[in-house]
Amino acid sequence: MTQTWLRDPTAETSAIKRPRVKPPASLQGLTIGLFDIGKTRSNEFLDQVEKRLGERGFKTKRYAKPTNAKVAPVEVMQKVVSEADAVLIALSD
Amino acid sequence: MAERLEAKHRGGTLRARKIELGEYDDPMEACFERGWTDGLPVTPPTDERVLRMLSGTRLAPGESVGCIPPYLADCTIEKVAINAVLAGCKPEYMPVLLAAVEAALEPVFTLHGVTATTYFSSPVIIVNGPVAKKIGMNSGLNALGQGNRANATIGRALNLIVRNVGGGKPGEVDRATLGAPSKFTLCFAEDESDPSWEPLSVSRGFARGVSTVTLFQGHGVEAFVDQKTRTPEALSRSFGLALVKLGHPRLIQSARAVLVLSPEHYRIYSEAGWGRREIESALFEATIRPGSEILAGLDGIGEGVTAERASEQVPKFHEDGLMVVRAGGKAGLFSAILPGWLAGRNRLELQPVTKEIRE
Repeated sequence: MTQTWLRDPTAETSAIKRPRVKPPASLQGLTIGLFDIGKTRSNEFLDQVEKRLGERGFKTKRYAKPTNAKVAPVEVMQKVVSEADAVLIALSD
Repeated sequence: MAERLEAKHRGGTLRARKIELGEYDDPMEACFERGWTDGLPVTPPTDERVLRMLSGTRLAPGESVGCIPPYLADCTIEKVAINAVLAGCKPEYMPVLLAAVEAALEPVFTLHGVTATTYFSSPVIIVNGPVAKKIGMNSGLNALGQGNRANATIGRALNLIVRNVGGGKPGEVDRATLGAPSKFTLCFAEDESDPSWEPLSVSRGFARGVSTVTLFQGHGVEAFVDQKTRTPEALSRSFGLALVKLGHPRLIQSARAVLVLSPEHYRIYSEAGWGRREIESALFEATIRPGSEILAGLDGIGEGVTAERASEQVPKFHEDGLMVVRAGGKAGLFSAILPGWLAGRNRLELQPVTKEIRE
């Protein structure tokens, strides 16, 4: 065989590893974001979670993206980041 | 010899990272080892081959075609050409492939979701217009099967771009539960041999004679057999029986599908004077069912619509959710259905996309 050079078909990027945010030691006093990803019946699931968290005195806020077919719009992500201390993402069907 | 000389003198104009193989390395194995393939062997992207592929477009190699999901990496014409080499394309396929990439990157095509879904879907490519004949695409016998280079490699190239440039790999962002063979490639041309038939591209707003690609979020192929029905009304109802069972007979989420109408089934419609509009409208009507028949919980089966829809007439598809495309060999009262992605339930957020092919 002779010497060969190939051209890279990839984006030639490399992932940056970021450490995960540490989970809070307690949810007391924090705002818990409840994020509906747009799958069917996500809202029903989150209604239940919201009710149960409310009964335990936790503060919640609801967020949603329009469809599970697309990534969340930047404005929604920014709203979550600025308003919630922890986020629960619902995956349902 | 000419290509070797060109590579020697113009190879320096390519910008993609150059990977040197050892004297005893097998280039095809090297491509596997680097994760560049869909599981089938690829053509090693040497400078000669990449330059030859770039001769298929007038666009500059450094020009960007956009950012490819899921990781939104910038993709140049040169990267498209390299992946076209991997897939086995000829240079004259480049305009079709570039139009397919352009269509896939329209937000309403939702390429990220199609790549990431647990469902079976991937981009299905349908080509219309004179380009199909020019590059030798198949719209006839075995149009949805193997054996035609353009059909096979254009679809494959788009999927390799998503894999290699966008980073959409099975087991990583691609979370398909089972996947489908159509995730390798599903690309074909429409049979436009009957001038009285309105091609898909025309129904989607393009002039006759304009070459286009239409991308659909789907998979294939579901067989449809009816060798006995002879009237257009009854044939539409017969198709309806098959269409309502996509995914699950009681499911109304997928909301879109492509019906690939074979010549023998088409003849039943055309002899009765039916065109695209009449067929699509009859299919829509034939797939509306009483809610009471598809209720969740009937016979203990959980799938279905909720109780409050019992008195409604429930359509399986969106009103514009069924696209009929003519293709296939002359013999066989068989047609094919390409089911849409489940996320299609949101009509405005997710739609098929058609783009003009600029040669």
